[in-house]
Amino acid sequence: MEQIIFYILAFIIIVFAFASVSSRKMLRSVIYLLFVLIGISGIYFLIDYNFLAAIQLTVYAGGVIVLLIFSVMLVHHIELELELAKISKRILIGIASLIGLGVFLTTIYSHEFIVVENSITTTTEDIGLGLLSYEAGGFILPFEVISILLLASMVGAIIIAKGTKLISKKNDTL
Amino acid sequence: MIAGISIYEILTVTSILFFIGVYGFITRKNLISILMSVELILNASVINFVIINKYLYPDVLQGVFFSIFIIAVAAAETALAISIIINLYRQISSVEVKDTEIMKY
Repeated sequence: MEQIIFYILAFIIIVFAFASVSSRKMLRSVIYLLFVLIGISGIYFLIDYNFLAAIQLTVYAGGVIVLLIFSVMLVHHIELELELAKISKRILIGIASLIGLGVFLTTIYSHEFIVVENSITTTTEDIGLGLLSYEAGGFILPFEVISILLLASMVGAIIIAKGTKLISKKNDTL
Repeated sequence: MIAGISIYEILTVTSILFFIGVYGFITRKNLISILMSVELILNASVINFVIINKYLYPDVLQGVFFSIFIIAVAAAETALAISIIINLYRQISSVEVKDTEIMKY
């Protein structure tokens, strides 16, 4: 049963990822990306990381996709057809990507992974305690650094998106 | 771990996802599409972290923490990139790569 679900999810992820990078309509391409992200959260549900699946759904499917749709609406006409690369360039890059994929797959399949059979369920409590622990192996410092990074990027995004127009107008009145 | 699925099959799926992202990153001519391809690449690496943690070292949680940090950094990166794209659209009324040739306006 889980096997069948995994194959369906893998099929959805790969087909919609390819549709997302090759579609000529901008908004459709964003929606295909949404399907890819939901399929990835399905994989997290399958391996029992419920917290990570919830993060994937809220941050990516809820936040990043809405931001992308907003920016597409702001800068494009909705039915605008994208300009594609030249067909020779696309074929060349496709062949280069396939060669890279072949290198990856031969490396992966020639390596012996020592798989530990388990069915441990990770609770949110374990993740929270690990993030906040300050003993060896704890992650309190990166956790705090990430919060500062989020604050700085939020302030930076507001300042950059506001542009120079508002600032110069304020200087003129002074 | 997923019953009946080996680690090789999942790593195959993530490798294909990664190279689809690379293909889109190089062929697309639009800044927002390039940003979407970067999201695909980042997601493939996040799945790899989680899968390797779950299959090879199930008694620790380091892969999960790293994937949470990657998701946070990716969200911050997307917000900043989109604000830069909107500001660029105000300056030159275009988000195509070939029109973006000046750093200073």
